[in-house]
Amino acid sequence: MTLTIALSKGRIFEETLPLLAAAGITPAEDPESSRKLIIGTNHPDVRLVIVRASDVPTYVQYGAADLGIAGRDVLIEHGGAGLYQPLDLNIARCRMMVAVQNGFDYDEAVKHGARLKVATKYPKIAREHFARKGVHVDIIKLYGSMELAPLVGLADAIVDLVSTGNTLKANHLSAVEHILDISSRLVVNQAALKLKYATIQPVLDAFAAASADNRE
Amino acid sequence: MRNWLLPEYIADILPATARQLETAKSSMLELFRTAGYELVLPPMIEYIDSLVAEGDDSLEMKTFKLDDHLSGRQMGLRADITPQVARIDAHLLAERTGVTRLCYAGSVVHARPAGLMSSREPLQVGAELYGFAGIEADLEIIRLALATLDLVGVQNPRLDIGNIAIFRGLAAAAGLDPALTRELFAALRSKDAAEVALLVQGVAEPYRSAFVALPELYGPREVLDRARSRLPSIPDVDQALGQLQALAGALQGRVEISFDLTELRGTAYHTGLMFAVYAPGWPDELARGGRYDNVGRRFGRARPATGFSLDLRDLLRILPERDSARGIRVAARHADAAAGEIDALRKAGEVVMIDYLDESAAALNCDRELVAGPSGWQIVPFN
Repeated sequence: MTLTIALSKGRIFEETLPLLAAAGITPAEDPESSRKLIIGTNHPDVRLVIVRASDVPTYVQYGAADLGIAGRDVLIEHGGAGLYQPLDLNIARCRMMVAVQNGFDYDEAVKHGARLKVATKYPKIAREHFARKGVHVDIIKLYGSMELAPLVGLADAIVDLVSTGNTLKANHLSAVEHILDISSRLVVNQAALKLKYATIQPVLDAFAAASADNRE
Repeated sequence: MRNWLLPEYIADILPATARQLETAKSSMLELFRTAGYELVLPPMIEYIDSLVAEGDDSLEMKTFKLDDHLSGRQMGLRADITPQVARIDAHLLAERTGVTRLCYAGSVVHARPAGLMSSREPLQVGAELYGFAGIEADLEIIRLALATLDLVGVQNPRLDIGNIAIFRGLAAAAGLDPALTRELFAALRSKDAAEVALLVQGVAEPYRSAFVALPELYGPREVLDRARSRLPSIPDVDQALGQLQALAGALQGRVEISFDLTELRGTAYHTGLMFAVYAPGWPDELARGGRYDNVGRRFGRARPATGFSLDLRDLLRILPERDSARGIRVAARHADAAAGEIDALRKAGEVVMIDYLDESAAALNCDRELVAGPSGWQIVPFN
């Protein structure tokens, strides 16, 4: 039975390679150098499809891919409807943070009850976070370069993924609040898990064993 | 001019599919009739409080609401027919104390599509059995669901069974508060093992380990043995596992079966055995059902209940299109003279069409023609 796995290029792909290896799967090409969107493997029945990180849940939900690997940030924004997410792979780890321009008194602004302008690529996570804190916010959805928003007066704060913090530092921003720990999850199409159990379960078990080593 | 534009997730059903859908619907209703299920046609709109049970948030979100100018009360467009049928059994047919079997086929409307591939106007077809709590009733419903799918040509169906009583029993025994129960339910539904482990950190043993084990309890029959060794032996769990075992025994060899103890995808009203049918090539379930005892209580009568339903629009998308029967052409100039012959052919079930524009066989979808022969009307090939 054929198996299609949806992955995104870059960090997730690189950190997924050892997991695939543990399941005995080797990609035939490197997506960074190849322009192909469908990549074969050493198994004739297993193929990888290379999609944008935020599209992985959609492909798996539609059944266009049986399995996929997506960050928790992406899954929360997508809503996760129609997906199983049985495994925390402990890869591509980072943190979802609130950051402001150096010198901006975030605590005072929150205490003051002002309506904050927040720029983010993650409106759902941001909205829920500030709702829990009881702070009114206007969300400005951006698709990249969030760090710019406070500098040009577009927003008071940003909600973004922080891994090393270097980009924040280079743009005179600092992280003021930790929202969530993010790592990548294995997601499975619900019907595929039922119909292709015998094919999928060994992959799942191999991923589980290999990702246990990634825990801190 | 964009006035032809339909709302998102709303579509017309065009000729070939419409006929196929209608044919499938009547053959399903005929199957239900011969199995003793009586047809009911509940209304499209009702007061919101009869349509949606208090606390059933997912159904509430799916329901379009409108104001009734006659009563000043809020009404809803039905998003699910099962609660309406339960209302009929509980209230209108209350003089029947034995088993009542009811079936239905009708459109429902969803304020939000159930999934990416779903229409907001599914055609829900289903059958419900009231008044018998035995597992034989669940078996009857499962067999009927499989026969219904077989009728329209679904190949290699796979039956997935679960029992929501296991989760409910464990949650009650562990004394979980409603908020935690809701969060845990949501995490288990998506088999989010990491989230489950986080949520049950403060729960006492043996229940903590039981909840942690649940997301892994799916797969072939050996799952039941794993479940027995990993779940505490409390009456609710033992009984639920026993029911699953009995069902598997009764259906052995008839259909491929798998189990899923966190298959909690039913609506808020389910109480016991639940099932879904899958088939290769389709990313979602084709039919679903299960036990929902005592739903009728809010209408005045609590009764054992089990049933299943499917979305016929959804189902038809995976089925091969069937060619509609070709017809018989009659040239317009013969229409009057051949009127008697045309009536006779139509009575016999033939499609007979009068051709006003001298169209081609393909345009008319006709493969034969009625012509005047030496000894009266005769049918000859037309192409």
